[in-house]
Amino acid sequence: MRVLVTGASGFLGRAVAAAIVAAGHEVRCFQRRPSGVAGATDALGSITEPADVTSAVAGIDAIVHLAAKVSLAGPPAEFETVNVGGTRTLIDAARAANVQRLVFVSSPSVAHSGASITGSDALPADPAHARGDYARTKAAAELLALSADSPELRVVAVRPHLVWGPGDTQLVARIVERARAGRLPLLGHGAALIDSTYIDNAAGAIAAALERVDAVHGNAYVITNGEPRPVAELLVGICTAAGVEPPTWSVPASVARAAGSVIEAAWRVVPGEDEPPMTRFLAEQLSTAHWFDQRRTRADLHWTPAVTLDEGLARLAEHYRTA
Amino acid sequence: MVSFRLPRSATALAPASVPPSGLPGLDPDWSRIVDVVESSLADDGTTPGASHAWHLLDNGEQLAALGAEPVGTILCVHGNPTWSYLWRDLVAQATAAATTGRPAWRVIAVDQLDMGFSERTGVARPLARRVRDLDDLTRALGLTGPVVTFGHDWGGVVSLGWAVDHPEHLAGVMLLNTAIHQSDTEPIPAPLRLALARGVLGAGTVTTTAFLDTTLALGHPALPAAVKNAYRAPYRTPARRGGIGGFVADIPVDARHDSHAELDRIAESLRSLTVPALLLWGPRDPIFSDRYLDDLSDRLPHAAVHRFEGAGHLIAEDVDYAGAALGWLAESLVELSPLVELSPLVELVEAQTAPADVLQPLWHYLDELRDSDETALIDMAPGKGTDPRVVSWRLLSRRVRGIAAGLHQIGVRRGDRVSLLVPPSADLTAVLYACIRLGAIVVVADAGLGLTGLTRAVRGARPDHVIGALPGLMAARALGWPGQRISVNRLPTASRRALGVSYALADLISLGRDEELPEPPQPDDVAAVLFTSGSTGPAKGVVYTHGQLSAVSRALHAQYGVGRGTGLVAGFAPFALLGPALGARSVTPDMDVTAPKTLTATAVAAAVAAIDATVVFLSPAALANVVATQGELTPADRAALARVTSFLSAGAPVSEPLLASAAALMPGASAHTPYGMTEGLLMTDITLDGIREAAIDDEARGPGGVCVGRPTATTRVRISALDETGTAVGELSEAPQVTGEIVVSAPHVKDHYDRLWLTDQAATRMVTPGERWHRTGDVGHLDASGRLWVEGRLPHVITTPHGVVTPVGPELAVSALAGVDRAAAVGVGPAGSQQVVIVVETVPPATRVGLAEPALAAAVRGVAGQPVAAVLVVPHLPTDIRHNSKIDRTRLAGWAHGILTGARLTQP
Repeated sequence: MRVLVTGASGFLGRAVAAAIVAAGHEVRCFQRRPSGVAGATDALGSITEPADVTSAVAGIDAIVHLAAKVSLAGPPAEFETVNVGGTRTLIDAARAANVQRLVFVSSPSVAHSGASITGSDALPADPAHARGDYARTKAAAELLALSADSPELRVVAVRPHLVWGPGDTQLVARIVERARAGRLPLLGHGAALIDSTYIDNAAGAIAAALERVDAVHGNAYVITNGEPRPVAELLVGICTAAGVEPPTWSVPASVARAAGSVIEAAWRVVPGEDEPPMTRFLAEQLSTAHWFDQRRTRADLHWTPAVTLDEGLARLAEHYRTA
Repeated sequence: MVSFRLPRSATALAPASVPPSGLPGLDPDWSRIVDVVESSLADDGTTPGASHAWHLLDNGEQLAALGAEPVGTILCVHGNPTWSYLWRDLVAQATAAATTGRPAWRVIAVDQLDMGFSERTGVARPLARRVRDLDDLTRALGLTGPVVTFGHDWGGVVSLGWAVDHPEHLAGVMLLNTAIHQSDTEPIPAPLRLALARGVLGAGTVTTTAFLDTTLALGHPALPAAVKNAYRAPYRTPARRGGIGGFVADIPVDARHDSHAELDRIAESLRSLTVPALLLWGPRDPIFSDRYLDDLSDRLPHAAVHRFEGAGHLIAEDVDYAGAALGWLAESLVELSPLVELSPLVELVEAQTAPADVLQPLWHYLDELRDSDETALIDMAPGKGTDPRVVSWRLLSRRVRGIAAGLHQIGVRRGDRVSLLVPPSADLTAVLYACIRLGAIVVVADAGLGLTGLTRAVRGARPDHVIGALPGLMAARALGWPGQRISVNRLPTASRRALGVSYALADLISLGRDEELPEPPQPDDVAAVLFTSGSTGPAKGVVYTHGQLSAVSRALHAQYGVGRGTGLVAGFAPFALLGPALGARSVTPDMDVTAPKTLTATAVAAAVAAIDATVVFLSPAALANVVATQGELTPADRAALARVTSFLSAGAPVSEPLLASAAALMPGASAHTPYGMTEGLLMTDITLDGIREAAIDDEARGPGGVCVGRPTATTRVRISALDETGTAVGELSEAPQVTGEIVVSAPHVKDHYDRLWLTDQAATRMVTPGERWHRTGDVGHLDASGRLWVEGRLPHVITTPHGVVTPVGPELAVSALAGVDRAAAVGVGPAGSQQVVIVVETVPPATRVGLAEPALAAAVRGVAGQPVAAVLVVPHLPTDIRHNSKIDRTRLAGWAHGILTGARLTQP
């Protein structure tokens, strides 16, 4: 297959492009900066520029769409333009170019209204109740993508949850940086169970979805390691792997929620376009549970995570040791 | 004529209508309006030939649309002040059953005239009229059999009126809380007396919504607001509520009341009903209390009864009565398969292993040894600081006959229930065997249930008589337990009066001097109701026949060699009480019987020496203290203990180290621990050597568990495999290394549960027809050499995406870690995608609840054998009240779920 990967210069995008190359496909990466993915070609441009997009999809069989505006702040219109408008532009161009498959990379936050998620499967995206501009626009975009699903253009949505791993300059790097500065608090008692996705597993699942899209199109799948852990354990695991002191002080969850913006600032992800989906209200996110029923995902995508949480942490530690 | 005046608004006329749309659970397609011509009835105020319109719910058309041919009709009659809305779940479930190819029942649920959305007729409709009204309706509908009536509250009476008048169509009767008879000696319930009081009736029922509101407040749990509103929908104005007042006014308070004769007619006719009957009861009913259930059971002795502990008057809202009713119909009316007693296989097993003689009655040795001066019982400390009390067979035998004859003299009859609130003692033994010989049914509930549990158990078992020591009698009095009261000790007159005690044991003995006894009970007669521990929900009454109790003592004889002349230290009540039945010489050691952990090693040694005991029965708690106090033993004590040839720790599993320590105290004895439950007291047995052998057999252990040994000679153990949802669906099988529900059969397994028809059904689900099996609710597996391993309780099975996980295996592995005392494995999340959480008690105990330290969490994950999402540390794990050892995993799972979704860190 000739596959177009949008947003391939980000942490997840790069890994996905590499995984698809490794699967023996011909990969073209589409983003504003060179992707640096070995074995792939680059088509530089912006997802909001129809002309760029049209030329990027020419001759393509399948698209994996990761390009999005992920940051926590910014004018709502910009999220709309990139996440919804960009997706619409891409779908229009894909139809015009007779592209047959689209894997839309989404986020569990599209169906998250703020309450704990404990072992449920993917619910329909819900822009009206999603929290914040990122989740809201991704939800609208996912609905747009899935509504374009047809026998001619088969669409599947995949929602990797909390992707991390070596080379992650966002989630992991931020946690480590804050912990090192002694500014990383635990929210509440830190026992809320949170599932996450090791980078190789996220990339593997998206590559698997590309292979399975003809059979499972029209559906949305949450992707995780399937190993929920108390959030404090995850943070300790990441800090320990990076060789920094884990957080020892905590902020009551209620205080954290009330002072949401302050806490968010401590966790802020620098605005950028190509990062993996990142949940918005971290105070809420880190004091309530988020874990999912992965049975349907694994059965339908013919995929199981190759790297366990513990193995992932070991690789992270190795990465920090050699960095 | 009705003897109470109702407000003018009660005579308002209004046509029938259909309910407003949008009432929760009510399908508008079920509603029908039917015009019915009224037939005449002597001297009532109605007009023959007049026509009245009924509103009713009917799924007939839906069944026809489905192409389902009804197997019969369920005719449902609501009470006061409800309407056919009460039956919505039944209509829905009956229709749903038809869509899945199960037997299709047509359900017709009426709104009685002047009630619900039926016509307001403006005239009083006493009971006889209402019974005739229902007859008029079914004629108009052309309803023919088979019909099963179903009534609630006063609708129960009306439905039974129809039932006794239509034997040609009647296939069965079903009832929710109702009453058919008002005792002449007892007043009607207080709330009704109040409603009937002068000046209250009209105001309470018609002018205001007080009666309606009071009734709707009886839900357990409280009714949702939308459901309450639905019940109120037809009763918005005083003009709509005349029927409510009319119904209350029609309660036959005494024999002079208009409707008394009709009520009497129906109540008496009930005795000749032979169709299957089902009584579903909510005991928390301020109006229709258990005494009305007793009356109904008395009139319909063949009825299946299920008391839903915790449910009340609005039982239809409190529990799944519809599922229960449809399940019962399927069992009782569609597939009739009579239960045959004991399969040939069981008899074969018995024939091989049991002595050639038939089962001996429990009083066999009391008759055989009536002239023997050998010792039967020794009570080491009958009172504080008293000398041992020695009772010969001659004395025990005479005492038993005397008490039995005395009980008979004061009116205790075969089949009467006698609640025994007597601590283990020579008195208890004598009273117990007296009741047994007389054929009175002994009700035994353990004080360990706690006062609430005990009260619930005693009330539920509806004893006719209570025999108690002072504390028991005081509780009986204070808590209003039913039954004539008999005191073990002679009490001062004032206390007797205060406690409502009619006789003392000594009175009975002198009344029964002639020892004149009626014919003894037969093996199939019920002998005892024993209460379960209540560690898995409200305590259940377990019914044993004489034959089954004889089989228990025979099993004890076969397994432990306890028989004629054996000296037995009776430190574990259930088995100890069987000493006289076994012909054994039993001794009760000096201990506070309500606190087994007060038993000392010295006391055991003294008991052994007093009676030359070779067999010792103890509870695990007692065993632990005996081991702990062994330092006080004298050389003579040790010598006495060395003569013991076997000892038994029963009641809960014991650890190998504890059993080994006890075995060291009794070096000549084989150490045993049995597996059983109230429903089957001795199912398997394992020795200390057996435990050690099993401990090193990793293959047999499978997913983990406690090895409880091999089935006793007359017991069969099978496994019903679990599916991925943790439900035991497998055929009963002996296949090794398959985890499933443990199912047992033996001549000494219980007969049935008391008034818990649904529980009975669940405990005998999918067993071989015609054989008596018991589904234990425990999960485990058999190994290749036939040993049973217990892996936990069925409701505690964790259903993960990788398959089911049973708790005991991970718990044992984690408990063995240094720094861990006890551990519990529970599941959080929805069935099928649950995560395993381990909760531990550490050494030393944690001071507060929290996540385990990383090192401990890692150690736990290293040995658990399962992916573990979280490890929590608590100061103390919740345990059930009776055993103080069984961890309450259900409660713990709910608590863990809360913590792990961000809830506050509370104690479990």
